[in-house]
Amino acid sequence: MKSLEELMAIKAQMQDKIAVRTSTGNTRIVVGMATCGIAAGARPVLNAFVEGISAENLGDNVTVTQTGCIGICQYEPVVEVYEKDKEKVTYVKMTADRAKEIIEKHIKGGKPVTEYTIGAYKK
Amino acid sequence: MNELSLYILDITMNSVRAGSSEIRITLTEDDEHVTFSVSDNGCGMTKEQLEKLENPFFTTRKTRKVGLGIPFLKMLAEMTGGNVSISSVHESESCDHGTTTKAVFGKNHIDFIPLGDIVETLKTLIQGSPEINFTFTHTFPNGEVSLDCSQLREILGDISLAEPEILNWIGENLREQYDEIR
Repeated sequence: MKSLEELMAIKAQMQDKIAVRTSTGNTRIVVGMATCGIAAGARPVLNAFVEGISAENLGDNVTVTQTGCIGICQYEPVVEVYEKDKEKVTYVKMTADRAKEIIEKHIKGGKPVTEYTIGAYKK
Repeated sequence: MNELSLYILDITMNSVRAGSSEIRITLTEDDEHVTFSVSDNGCGMTKEQLEKLENPFFTTRKTRKVGLGIPFLKMLAEMTGGNVSISSVHESESCDHGTTTKAVFGKNHIDFIPLGDIVETLKTLIQGSPEINFTFTHTFPNGEVSLDCSQLREILGDISLAEPEILNWIGENLREQYDEIR
């Protein structure tokens, strides 16, 4: 059973980890979670980013947050990536698999996956 | 939307955006019905807002002109022979303000959809708003599954409930509770 004792043990490990954190992150991944996003499948996309960032140990530099509707409902699930000193990248029609690919190529590799961006869809 | 748990996520997001600090989600199941309710202590709605709520062309948003959350929920509930009821006290009316949304579904109706992954819904809510005290109770005839974020926060102190390790623990704890009941 996932007991409260186990939670206390996790807490003890976390305190050490959090103590060495130097910044709150230079990169922000924002997932749209309004009715339009949820209906289009944003929940597994958010989950894929949260788990992927954690699995790759990128948590110190990357935060995953949620937002409401940004007004382009027809392109949901929409994910925006904000990186320090770079232009915002907007990904549209996202899936959990695409999330993994974006973590690999964009977040880790530094190159936006152009084919999933809103610019590629609007053409 | 093809899972009831996505409707619950959507409706609870309204409570989050209403600035709530406490949100209670309950689910009950018997042989014929599934009922869920979401209660918050957020800003509430005025009578005018409440009247327009079921109109899909009413929204307080500035980003788009339609609001489909409540109409979607109402349509699904009524298709299964159930209903949706909403009560709300706006913050200008009383300091005991907030909104309660309750939806009843006919469980055996052909148009009823599966509950789906309610644990993912809860993890998503906590990830987005770790500072909110969510409580969740899912009552079955033979027991219940429950979660109380304020209790977890007492143990965790400064550590955010949104930390992936904590979210994982919450998810696994809930799934184990479900396994015990089923």
